[in-house]
Amino acid sequence: MAIGDLLIDVQQVAKHYGEGETRVDALREVNLQVHAGEVIALLGPSGSGKTTLLNIIGCIVAPSTGRVELDGEPVFDGHWLRGDLRKLRLDKIGFIFQAHNLLPFLTAEENVSVVLDLAGQSQAVGKARARELLDYLEVGHRAPVKPSHLSGGEAQRVAIARALANRPRIILADEPTAALDSKRAQLVMDLLRKLAAEQEACIVTVTHDEKIFDRFDRLIHLRDGRLEDAGA
Amino acid sequence: MNLALKDIRHSLFRFVLTCFGLGLLMTVVLAMIGIYNGLVADALAIVKAPEAELWVVEAGTQGPFAEASSIPADTRDAVARLPGIAASGAITYQTLETESAGKALRLYVIGYETGRLGGPSHLIAGREIGTSHFEAVADRKTGLVPGDTIRLGRDRFTVVGLTEEAMNSGGDPAIFVTLADAIALQTEIAPAAERVRAARGATPPSANNVAAVIARLEPDADVELVAATIRQWKHLSALSQSDQENLLLASVVDRARRQIGLFLGILLSVSAVVIALIIYTMTMEKLKQIATLKLIGAPDRTILGLIVQQALILGGSGWGIGLTLILLVKDNFPRRVLLEPMNAAVLAGIIVVVCLVASGLGIRAALKVDPATALGG
Repeated sequence: MAIGDLLIDVQQVAKHYGEGETRVDALREVNLQVHAGEVIALLGPSGSGKTTLLNIIGCIVAPSTGRVELDGEPVFDGHWLRGDLRKLRLDKIGFIFQAHNLLPFLTAEENVSVVLDLAGQSQAVGKARARELLDYLEVGHRAPVKPSHLSGGEAQRVAIARALANRPRIILADEPTAALDSKRAQLVMDLLRKLAAEQEACIVTVTHDEKIFDRFDRLIHLRDGRLEDAGA
Repeated sequence: MNLALKDIRHSLFRFVLTCFGLGLLMTVVLAMIGIYNGLVADALAIVKAPEAELWVVEAGTQGPFAEASSIPADTRDAVARLPGIAASGAITYQTLETESAGKALRLYVIGYETGRLGGPSHLIAGREIGTSHFEAVADRKTGLVPGDTIRLGRDRFTVVGLTEEAMNSGGDPAIFVTLADAIALQTEIAPAAERVRAARGATPPSANNVAAVIARLEPDADVELVAATIRQWKHLSALSQSDQENLLLASVVDRARRQIGLFLGILLSVSAVVIALIIYTMTMEKLKQIATLKLIGAPDRTILGLIVQQALILGGSGWGIGLTLILLVKDNFPRRVLLEPMNAAVLAGIIVVVCLVASGLGIRAALKVDPATALGG
């Protein structure tokens, strides 16, 4: 795999909750670099710090110490360097959730175009982009359907389309295949790999699903808040 | 993309049902406002109807509505001759119960001199009283129509005309008869105690007394000056029209008015709590979706717009339904429900404020939601 731009650069990041006897160290001096085109998995037992790391990369949780750079832009260095973190997420990061979290009152197409609407794009542009992504993910025929009428696989593909709508270069996925059977899970991962390559994006996934481990470029193990191993 | 409208459309039935429930509550609020206004308007209608400027009553009383007043009927001649008096008329008031179409009917009988002040302000059907005896003009709420006959005391009266909005502060519809008939009626229907008193040899009440004399003044006359002149006759007192109105509101309907006013206040408070609860619950049910929106980058104004717009649509719809319902059913209330455009506008203003305050609670909860709650299924 050709190494692309450095999209995620986490340096000496630590995160603790509480102080004194109640202090819990969720992450300890973690370093992580992810390049464009890479698809990596964060693995580890419950409480190992993988969700905390995902939240820090997603600019949802502030680290206690360390430095974070996303797509070449320093975003945290002891404190947030930008005030508009939501705009940062909107522009640079796509999220894929375990339970897809589609908005139930919007159609599949609107669930995708809402991201572009929030980004200030016109309705026509949003609609065209949503159609393009849904067709690409082979759920274009389900565009006018509400999430409650989509199958698990269809809903997950719509959620992927939403994550890609604004062409983010960083895609964070939290157990994206947890609700899918093994065949569908592998199809989704193949699709994510393909998208990462085509859009020069990186994908960071929290997963426990061993059936899809072979679809990752790297498996990052976390235990007690430390990076244990980073291997292909 | 209007997320508020999309969300409403998604659960339209539930939203409409909530609006309808709120609408019913608004109907009750508007009904109470209308009843409150109606009470005041009814009380004042009977005072305003003769379009008088001066009320001449028995000295030492605040008659004829707040207290009983009895003065000789010829007082009208004396008053009419005073400088500054343009028109005058003697008038009597009494409440009696009779039967109409097999049902008990309480009536407020007003006796007046035909062709003088004190008669019905306007007619909506039939004609004015044209003979000296046994003709009547009734308020339409009596249920009578021209041509009907009704027994008052010992005599049967023919209804020759209809008027409207003529009733006493208790809501009893008025019936107008000639002064002569009304004076006769006063003695004919004297209570038993009065007859016992007469049997004991006590002085019988004068058979030619009226409750008040009302007068209208010349354009350049000073009402206080004329009233002061009348008060020099020691057996009479004089009240201006505004005195009479204030007296009626302060002493006759004040307690009922305050009672309804208090109930209205409680009802508005309950409505505010209900609206707040509905909006807060609607928001709490959407917290996961709000967290998702925040996570994918929605700014606070989008979340704010979602909640505030829904709150205002809910409040506006409830208000609209409430107003429509009360306008449809207000004439079926036993007492007058009087709604002014200003009342509906003020209620709309209150609802907007309540919705915005209620939204504040929801917005506070929504803005505190951690976007991370959208992660992890």
